[in-house]
Amino acid sequence: MKAGVIVFPGSNCDRDVAVVLEAVTGSAPAMVWHGDHDLPELDLIVLPGGFSYGDYLRCGAMSAKSPIMREVVKAAEAGTAVLGICNGFQVLTEAGLLPGALMRNRDLNFICKDVWLRVEDCASRFTLGYEDEQRILVPIAHHDGNYYADDATLERLEGEGQVLFRYVDEQGEASKAANPNGSRNNIAGILNADGNVLGMMPHPERMAEAALGGTDGRVLFESLLDTLS
Amino acid sequence: MQVRVTVRLKPGVLDPQGKAVETALHTLGMADLSDVRQGKIFEFEVATASADEARRQAEQAAQALLANLVIEDFHVEVLGS
Repeated sequence: MKAGVIVFPGSNCDRDVAVVLEAVTGSAPAMVWHGDHDLPELDLIVLPGGFSYGDYLRCGAMSAKSPIMREVVKAAEAGTAVLGICNGFQVLTEAGLLPGALMRNRDLNFICKDVWLRVEDCASRFTLGYEDEQRILVPIAHHDGNYYADDATLERLEGEGQVLFRYVDEQGEASKAANPNGSRNNIAGILNADGNVLGMMPHPERMAEAALGGTDGRVLFESLLDTLS
Repeated sequence: MQVRVTVRLKPGVLDPQGKAVETALHTLGMADLSDVRQGKIFEFEVATASADEARRQAEQAAQALLANLVIEDFHVEVLGS
């Protein structure tokens, strides 16, 4: 599996995810600068977390218009797997590859903590290594992770099984108390209709080795390796 | 031609920042103020003498970048030269 990480000015999880990708796939990912006009041949494109363009205008808005994103959109439409983490999720919605928008957190706080997620569907290429409804512990670190979509979009996402991760409590219930940021339906991560683009606010790359506190996040990258190799 | 684009959250979309501003206004004793919504204003020049052309280009800019139409509406005013 050949992976690539898009690096925007202000990305700060690009190296973290590169370390995990190299550990899982055995080869270093291509690091692709946002101003480039060409993408190498890739099986997986990762849009990393961070504060690209200082979150000017709206989180992810400027990055979504950068030259390389035109190529990312083309690749995604051609079926290449794309994973957007945190700021990467915001970029994917701003680029129109995923529906909805990420708004300021309900309580206006920057939240940095480990949260429980429920894996809603383990049939996707991103979650094959998990069990259905498995509860996993992954950190979030964001100010704008409050997922919003209108009622019709939400109904479609739920109906088509495109909600892949949901914030839950320790018992696995998607309760209001377990919702850190006000996201509609406790949504933490969604797939596009074709199943090749995933956006998620939690950081699986920050829970990918025992020294970091757990390996629940690593399974996502191993799933991709199994599917895309 | 000088143009002003106002970008606002759509009705029904929650505005936590507007809510916080409202709470602060109430703390300052302005109890009659309610339903605070926070938005953005962009002002720029369009190199044309035509008001219609200035409006067209401003609408294009709003749709392409200034507003996220999933959550926001925009309003264009042509202010003149």
